[in-house]
Amino acid sequence: MGRLSGFRVTIQQVFRPRVTEKYPQEKRPKPSRFHGRHVLNRYEDGMEKCIGCELCAGVCPAHCIYVRGADNLPDDPVSPGERYGFVYEINYLRCIHCDLCVEACPTEAITETKLFEFSFAHRDEAIYTKAELLVDDDGRARRQPWELWLGGEDDETSAWMRATSPSGNAEYEDRVAWSAELGFGVREPEHGQASDASAVTPPDPSSHP
Amino acid sequence: MTPFAGGDPLFQHGIDFTVVVIVIAKTFIVFALLLVSVLLYIWFMRKVIADMQNRIGPDQAGPFGILQTLADGIKLFFKEQSMPITADKPVYLIAPFVSALAAFLAFAIVPFGGIARIAGHTTFLQLADPPIGILWLLAMSGLGVYGVMLAGWSSGSKYPLLGSVRASAQVLSYEAAMGLSIVGVLVHTGTLSLRGIVIHQSWMGWDSFVSQWLWLPAIGAFIIFLISAIAETNHPPFDFSEAEEELAGGYHAEYTGIRFAIFYLAEFMNVITMSAIAVTLFLGGPSGPRLGFLDRGGWVNVWIIPVFWFLLKLWIVLYATVWVRASLPRLRFDRLMELSWKFLIEAAFLWAMVTGVIVVARDQGWNLWITTPAAAAGGILVFAFLMACVPKHGELEEIR
Repeated sequence: MGRLSGFRVTIQQVFRPRVTEKYPQEKRPKPSRFHGRHVLNRYEDGMEKCIGCELCAGVCPAHCIYVRGADNLPDDPVSPGERYGFVYEINYLRCIHCDLCVEACPTEAITETKLFEFSFAHRDEAIYTKAELLVDDDGRARRQPWELWLGGEDDETSAWMRATSPSGNAEYEDRVAWSAELGFGVREPEHGQASDASAVTPPDPSSHP
Repeated sequence: MTPFAGGDPLFQHGIDFTVVVIVIAKTFIVFALLLVSVLLYIWFMRKVIADMQNRIGPDQAGPFGILQTLADGIKLFFKEQSMPITADKPVYLIAPFVSALAAFLAFAIVPFGGIARIAGHTTFLQLADPPIGILWLLAMSGLGVYGVMLAGWSSGSKYPLLGSVRASAQVLSYEAAMGLSIVGVLVHTGTLSLRGIVIHQSWMGWDSFVSQWLWLPAIGAFIIFLISAIAETNHPPFDFSEAEEELAGGYHAEYTGIRFAIFYLAEFMNVITMSAIAVTLFLGGPSGPRLGFLDRGGWVNVWIIPVFWFLLKLWIVLYATVWVRASLPRLRFDRLMELSWKFLIEAAFLWAMVTGVIVVARDQGWNLWITTPAAAAGGILVFAFLMACVPKHGELEEIR
């Protein structure tokens, strides 16, 4: 049966479950640290987190972020600090979704959703401004008509960089070290690493260069 | 009975207006049956291959994606048609229609139902029953390759030319094996007419499955016919004329839009025709058990049941073709030629000879217990001798 054994293989597959996903109608679950389209977050009182420091623009290897800071008006502040980002643009034709901007941000203002299905009819549409990036009054990403949102893409948007121990220090395991966020509050720390961390010797901070 | 019209009793009492209307109606029905079968077969093929690869297959157009082929056809119809400047224009334009015409004409002889009475005329449910019968199939499949050859030649491009050269070599080789395997059936039936072959295999009770239907008495011819029919229709694993990996699509590489669709249509019509011929020759065609509780001459038993059995057998054979498509990788071209010239033709020839001896022995009243083993042993001896004469690969290297 050697030459005909292929027939058995193919007929066996008929009785096995299908692997096809109904993709445009249903999405497969994404890993919790998936890098997708960005959002600009707000504090629970509605204040913007961005302080216009331009660290994200400085660290961006693709030079796709353009930020201009401005002083807050004392009687009508946009962010809690002294300054805020009054221009914030990301060019998605250049962005490589490396997440370095999220790591660089000192106020957890910019984070990434799980959404990657967005297409443009024109180059100018690829440049997202604050109008598209800033979360709405519920703390959710603003859904643009050309993006494919099925729900759940922005559930684990923020605080995942710091959900593990800050700077890799195991002492901060399971401790909250990040600020609250509009719509989501304070995120729970990520569990399940302590067993691994106890198995290895924690690095000596003094030997670190 | 005119010699051209063959055995159809429709023409026994001369040709009047009603007869002409019946023939035109049958032509339309056969045409529509074949076109709808192609539409369904392409969808069916994609679904079954998807099944065999753990996928779902087309499911967007219509229920279960059944209109997918129609949607593809409409799309191809409205696509731009380009033509290479090196093309030989008239031949290039005619070639797809040669393919499709031969494929349609080949199906005309297939008996897809029983014998029915319409408007005072008795007629076969089959478009034509010419006295040359099964030779018509060989003629038309030989003619069909002209479409492929002309397309490849007139495209003015290298890959299509290579594909068409391969196709003609392949079809010529397997035409011989197929013709000889059909002889293994004709020895049993004693007639070339497909209606006669079907009547020979008519249903006499459940043992007809092995005693009347010719797949078991002519099992060797059946296997050889299936292999060479697959090769004859350029169906995988013998799809050399359009091997994408080697020829960028083969003979229809320079065809776009509806002209390409016509080649595609002709190819699948050939698969369906060959499957229908296999059903007719070896599986009894439209014969099968009737519904005993209904009137034997009622319209259900006369019209519906034979067509049902024919279509059921046809789709079982078509499922097998898809199974082959999903399972086997493409051969190498010299292996394809070897399979035909060094094995199938000899085997089919000897099968026909041995069957002939046994049939003569049966008709003459000779002792079958002596003649059958003697004929089989003789056949095996001759086959072994022929195989021994075929040069081995090492010897071929020495000759070169």
